[in-house]
Amino acid sequence: MIPEIGHFTLLISLVFATLLGTVPLIGAQKNIAAFIHLAKPLVWGIFALLSISLFCLAWAFYFNDFSVYYVAMNSNSALPWYYRLSAVWGAHEGSLLLWVWILALWTLAVAIFSRRMDEVDVARVLSVMGIIAIGFLAFVIFTSNPFERTFPSFPVDGRDLNPLLQDIGLIIHPPMLYMGYVGFSVAFAFAIAALLAGKLDSTWARWSRPWTLAAWGFLTAGITLGSWWAYYELGWGGWWFWDPVENASFMPWLAGTALIHSLAVTEKRNAFKSWTVLLAISAFSLSLLGTFLVRSGILVSVHAFASDPTRGLFILIYLLIVIGGALTLYAVRASNVVSSHRYKLFSREVLLFVNNIFLVAALLVVLLGTLLPLVHKEIGLGSISIGAPFFDRIASYWVIPFAIVLSIAPLVRWKQDKLSRLKGSLAPAILITALISLTVYLTFNINSFIHLLGVCLAAWIFAMTAYELVISRQKTKLPLSHWGMTMAHWGFAALVIGVAVTQFASKEEDVRLMPGESVSLNEYNFKFIDVKQVTGPNYTAYKGSFLVTRGNSEYQLHAEKRYYKVQSNVMTEAGIDAGLWRDLYVSLGENLENGAWAVKVHVKPFVRWLWLGGILMVMGSALCIADKRYRRVLSASKGQI
Amino acid sequence: MITRRQKRFYTIMALFAGLALTVSLVLYALSENIDLFYTPSEIINGKNETGIKPSIGQRLRIGGMVVEGSVKRDPDTLLVEFKVTDTGPEVTISYEGILPDLFREGQGIVANGHLIDSNTVEAFEVLAKHDEEYMPPELAEAMKGIKHVKPSENPALQGGQP
Repeated sequence: MIPEIGHFTLLISLVFATLLGTVPLIGAQKNIAAFIHLAKPLVWGIFALLSISLFCLAWAFYFNDFSVYYVAMNSNSALPWYYRLSAVWGAHEGSLLLWVWILALWTLAVAIFSRRMDEVDVARVLSVMGIIAIGFLAFVIFTSNPFERTFPSFPVDGRDLNPLLQDIGLIIHPPMLYMGYVGFSVAFAFAIAALLAGKLDSTWARWSRPWTLAAWGFLTAGITLGSWWAYYELGWGGWWFWDPVENASFMPWLAGTALIHSLAVTEKRNAFKSWTVLLAISAFSLSLLGTFLVRSGILVSVHAFASDPTRGLFILIYLLIVIGGALTLYAVRASNVVSSHRYKLFSREVLLFVNNIFLVAALLVVLLGTLLPLVHKEIGLGSISIGAPFFDRIASYWVIPFAIVLSIAPLVRWKQDKLSRLKGSLAPAILITALISLTVYLTFNINSFIHLLGVCLAAWIFAMTAYELVISRQKTKLPLSHWGMTMAHWGFAALVIGVAVTQFASKEEDVRLMPGESVSLNEYNFKFIDVKQVTGPNYTAYKGSFLVTRGNSEYQLHAEKRYYKVQSNVMTEAGIDAGLWRDLYVSLGENLENGAWAVKVHVKPFVRWLWLGGILMVMGSALCIADKRYRRVLSASKGQI
Repeated sequence: MITRRQKRFYTIMALFAGLALTVSLVLYALSENIDLFYTPSEIINGKNETGIKPSIGQRLRIGGMVVEGSVKRDPDTLLVEFKVTDTGPEVTISYEGILPDLFREGQGIVANGHLIDSNTVEAFEVLAKHDEEYMPPELAEAMKGIKHVKPSENPALQGGQP
C-alpha cells in the first residue's frame, strides 16, 4: 500500500510539473495575473508530493518490503538501518527520485527566497524549472519506476546493497553531488528566464549569484567526498582516476567555476553578459550530460553502476531538447544583449576573462578525453582508452598560467590598472614563496622540476592572496564575500601543493608478508602482526593488524578483507592512519598460501591537503553566500514588493 | 584609432598563437596516451576491423576471460602469470602486484600493459569489476558481436567459458 501511495504522488507530481512548466510561463508572457500567481502553490505542491514519494520509498526500505523490486535488488534484512535508508539512492531508480526531489527542493528554495524579486520574473524562473522537472519525472515514471512490484512471487530476502556503497562516504556523497548538479538548474533557469524576458542586467546577475555559489559549493563538496571515498574504499590509495564518471562530475564543476567568476563581472561591471548566459546554460547542460554518461552505461567505468541503454536514449533525447532549446533561444536573443562597459587590456575584467578561457579550455580537454573513446568506437575504429597520464600531463601544463592569473587578478583594479602598481606585492610574496618552497623542497628532497614548480605555484598563490587580504583590510572593513574568495583561493593552493607533494613523495609497495614479517618504507617500518576472522552484520572478514613504527612513535593499523555473503562480493577496507603531513595506508590483497598475504603499503605525504583544499573551497562559497548583500537580496520575510 | 586596431590585431594574434600551442600540446599528449583495446584473438590474428596486429612493445589494453587452471604464482614474490582467452587463442599475461578483489579464474578482466612478445603481455594494471556477473562491455561485445548487451541479462555470458 505504501509504495502505491509513493507511486501515485509521483504521477500527480508530473501533472503538477506540467502545469508549472506551462501556465505561469504563459501568464508571464501574456501578463495574466491569475496564471502567474499559480506558480508558487504549484511549487509547494510538487515538493510535498515528491517528499511523500521519497518518504514512501524510504519506508519500503526501512521495513524491508521486498515485494518492491527496487528494494529487493538493493537491500537486505541484515543490512544496518542507516544503509537501508541510504540504499534509497544506492542504484539508478532511487537516485533519480532523489534527483527530482532535490530539483523540487531547489525550486521551492527559489520560490521562498525571492519574494523581493518581481513576481513575473520569479514565475518565469519557476516555470523553467518546472519544464526541467517534467522531463526528469517522465524519465523516472516511464523508464525507471522505483515502486515497481515483484508480484505475484516476491523474494524472502533482498539481494543486498552493493558493498562498495555500504559506507558513510556513500551515504552523503550522492546527495551532495546531486545538490550541485541540480543546483545549476537554478542558474540555468535564471538565465533562460532572463533571455525570455529580454532583461539581462546586473540585477539578474545579482539574483543568480548566490544560487550559483551554493550549487558550486555543493558540487565541490560532492566531488571532494567522492575522492576521499575512493581513496579509502577502493583499496588502491588513489584519489582521482580521470575515470569517465569522475570526469562527468568535473566538467560541470569547471563550467560552474567559470560561471561564478563571470557572474562577478556581470554583476559588478555589467559586462560579459552573453558569455555568462552561455556558461549558465553550459554548466547545467554538462550536469545533464554527466547524468547521461553515468546512467546510460555507454561508458566503461569502474564506478558505473546499474545501467541500461533505453534509459540512455531517453536522457539523450531529453538532453538534446534542453540543450538545443536553450542554445536556440540563446542564439535568437543573445545578439540583442549589449555590454556597453569598456575596459583596458590590463584590468580585472580581462584577467577574469582569461581565467574563464583557461577553465573552458580545461573543460574542453576533459570533454575530449571523455568522449573521444566513445566516438572512436561508434565510428567503427575500435575501442580505445585514454589513460590518466594524458590528463595528468595536460593538467600540469594548465596549472602554470592559471595559477599566475589567479594570484594577481584579485590585486588588479577593475577597468584599468598598471602592472607597475603591483610591484609592492612582489617582495613579500617572493619571500613567502621562497620560504615555503624551500621548506617543502628540503623536507621531501623534490628533485623533479614539475613537482617543485607545483609547490612554488601553490606557495605563490597563498602569498599573493594573503598580501591582497592584508592590503585590502587596511583600506576598508572587508565583506564576508571577500573572505570567502580568499579562502577558496587558498583552497586551490592547498589542492595544488597536495597534488604536487603526494605525486612526488608518495611511496608505495606491494609485498608478500607472513604474520610477524615486516617491510620498511621511508623511515616507517610496517610490521604485519596477525590476521583474525571477524563477523559483521552482513559480512565476514579477515582483519589484519599492523604495527607501524618510526623512531619512538607507534601506530596501529587495521585493514580488512570483507566477504559480503549475499552478493558474494569481496571488499577491501584499508587501514589508514591519517595526518595533516602524511597518511599511512595499508590494505590487504590476496590470501596466498601458508598464511602469507599480499599486502599493499603506502606512505602518502600531504594527501589530506587535497581534501583540505576542497573543504576550504566549500567554506569559501558558504562565506560568500552569507554576505550581507545577498542576505538582503534573499531575505524571505522582509517587505514584499 | 589605428593604435587600437593594431592592439586588437596583436591581441587576436596572441590568442591564435595560444590556441595553436594548446591544441598541439593536447594532441601531442593524446597521441602518447591512447591505448587500443584488443581481445586475445585480435592480438594473435589482428584486429577484426582492420586486420592489424599489435607490434611488440606497444602499450595496449587487453580484455578476456581468465582461463581455468592457468594462474601461476611465484612462491616468493607477488609475480603472477595467467592466460586469458575470448573465443580461441590464449594470451599470457604476467603481472607483479596485487590482483583486484574479484580476480578469479573464469572471470572477465581487463589489463593495461605492453606486448612483450607475440602472445605475452606484461601488465602494469589489472582490473576486474566489483560485480559477480560483470564482464567488460568491450569483451561482451567482442565475444557476441552484439552491441550494448547488458552482461547480466545474457545468461550465456555469465561467468562461463565460451
